[in-house]
Amino acid sequence: MDIFVQQLINGLVLGSVYALVALGYTMVYGILELINFAHGEVTMVGAMVALSVISALVGSGVELPGIVIALLGLLAAIPACMALGFTIERLAYRPLRNAPRLAPLITAIGVSIVLQNLAMLIWGRQYITFPPILPQGRHQLLGATITDIQMVILATSVVLMLGLILLVKRTRLGRAMRATAQSPQIAGLMGVNANTVISLTFIMGSGLAAVAGVMVSAYYGLAHYYMGFLLGLKAFSAAVLGGIGNIGGAVLGGLLLGVIESLGAGYIGDLTGGFLGSNYQDVFAFFVLILVLLFRPSGLLGERVGERA
Amino acid sequence: MTRSKRQAWLSFIVLGVMLALLPFVVDFGLGRSWVRIMDLALLYVMLALGLNIVVGYAGLLDLGYIAFYAVGAYCYALLSSPQFGLHLPFWLVLPIGAAVAGLFGVLLGAPTLRLRGDYLAIVTLGFGEIIRIFLNNLNAPVNITNGPQGINQIDPVSLLGVSLGKSHQLFGINLSSPHQYYYLFLLLTLLVVFVSLRLQNSRIGRAWAAIREDEVAAEAMGINVRNIKLLAFAMGATFGGLAGGLFAGFQGFISPESFNLMESIMILCMIVLGGMGNIPGVILGALLLTILPEALRYTGDMQRAWLGHVVVDPSDLRMLLFGMALILVMLFRPAGLLPSRQRKRELVAEDDVGLQEQASVYDARR
Repeated sequence: MDIFVQQLINGLVLGSVYALVALGYTMVYGILELINFAHGEVTMVGAMVALSVISALVGSGVELPGIVIALLGLLAAIPACMALGFTIERLAYRPLRNAPRLAPLITAIGVSIVLQNLAMLIWGRQYITFPPILPQGRHQLLGATITDIQMVILATSVVLMLGLILLVKRTRLGRAMRATAQSPQIAGLMGVNANTVISLTFIMGSGLAAVAGVMVSAYYGLAHYYMGFLLGLKAFSAAVLGGIGNIGGAVLGGLLLGVIESLGAGYIGDLTGGFLGSNYQDVFAFFVLILVLLFRPSGLLGERVGERA
Repeated sequence: MTRSKRQAWLSFIVLGVMLALLPFVVDFGLGRSWVRIMDLALLYVMLALGLNIVVGYAGLLDLGYIAFYAVGAYCYALLSSPQFGLHLPFWLVLPIGAAVAGLFGVLLGAPTLRLRGDYLAIVTLGFGEIIRIFLNNLNAPVNITNGPQGINQIDPVSLLGVSLGKSHQLFGINLSSPHQYYYLFLLLTLLVVFVSLRLQNSRIGRAWAAIREDEVAAEAMGINVRNIKLLAFAMGATFGGLAGGLFAGFQGFISPESFNLMESIMILCMIVLGGMGNIPGVILGALLLTILPEALRYTGDMQRAWLGHVVVDPSDLRMLLFGMALILVMLFRPAGLLPSRQRKRELVAEDDVGLQEQASVYDARR
């Protein structure tokens, strides 16, 4: 039972990070129907920028509490990623808006490759460690342990996700976003500037990605130029699981995928009588994803798109 | 024979002679390693043409195509290597690998018939990863694939008692192993090109195009959408399996590392960059994307020549330049380098009708 609660907590923490990244995928997809393959790399850049700032601050010997240093790193990463997201959309996706559907997908892959290799040139091939500046407290919860970092990650994600949902559902900008997602042309006739909305969508998604990147690197204590690829893949799977284009779906999908993954890692050995070990944890996650899509072809919360004639 | 027919034959013969002489020219000009790269390029042409059937003809976005390549390669490797002590002949193993890969194609296709567009993409991606992870871990409790170490000492392809792994004398010319593989791969590539060409304008090819453009309308026209989609998956997978078997025999060593997601994405890039659905375009894309990363290894020499010393390690730089090339080509030629005639027409038609309204919305602030 303790193991179950422990894996559940780990899964929720991991899942909330997936959810934050998945939100970026799903918002872009909702409006442009584009798989923004470079989004995982934006997350990686966020982690790298934050770590550079944090390491520089720690190295310079400034007398600041650890939390403040981490926050300063985060505050550097968010605008950097927002600028990156804005630039990517402007240079690589906007010129291809009326092109065949797969063309922007290929430029997205190109952007992803470029960002990975730029990061490798700037920050090197080795793993970068997160300095041990954050509080390392541990608390007991229902027989399981939850660390300070885990609690911060959970709380931050919940606040950000609620904020985003409120923004999309309640504000003028959110209404413009939803209108553009339904039909850019009609939204344009109603006085919505589609280009501005799309740019803002990329900026918001990239900001969330920056936060997610910093949280992941703080959680594992590591960052690497290649970390964005797998994270992006998982987050994209999460967005699809929940129903891509649906904001609530991305949150649900992210949390579910995180929980499935960590429960899978903990129990897959018992379930298969020791035949499959925890190295099959990714198989388990993808298997569940495929199974869900077989029964709900447009994701858990996705709208059923009728067969149009 | 009419004049145009004679000209066609003449150009075929000239092309054939050029293709036959190419490895010697390359060997002489650039070195033996480039003949190997040409062999690999031909394998990628086969793979790209296989994926072109699924994505280009039938319009089913497949991001796990490399799985079929892996299945073909592992079939070959398990049936003719010391792993199980089996050494079945090449002409038996290759069809088995292709058939098993085709079976896996149906296996993937059957449950995913209802999925559309990007949902299909993620399921195929997951399928590819599942296959790779299984190959990576099937060394315990029973050792089948040898896990991450991969399979070694795979028998080279051997035809009529002639092993292509060694060099041979033919008419006083020394043919090295990569040269011999080049001719084998060239023949099989031509076969794949021929099949693709014939499929394109067949009843099946037109059914695929109909499904790609509008599934509901295609069904209303009496096309059995399920069977035709499954056929696309199976045919694409068979070509993938064929190329995989050849790869195993050619390399002599395979490991799950060669079949990761990035490879699937690369093959997709080849067909989209070259011009989806158009065979010359797909071939061009495959050749270009295989040769470009290799050619970019020379950026070190270029830096030395222009700047006097190596500023950035070429192995770090080449993928960066490769990514940039992908972006630039797509920006300037969104339909690919050699788009199919039909796709070109579609683009022009869209420009005429929808340009004004689209422009007023999107380009207001550009």
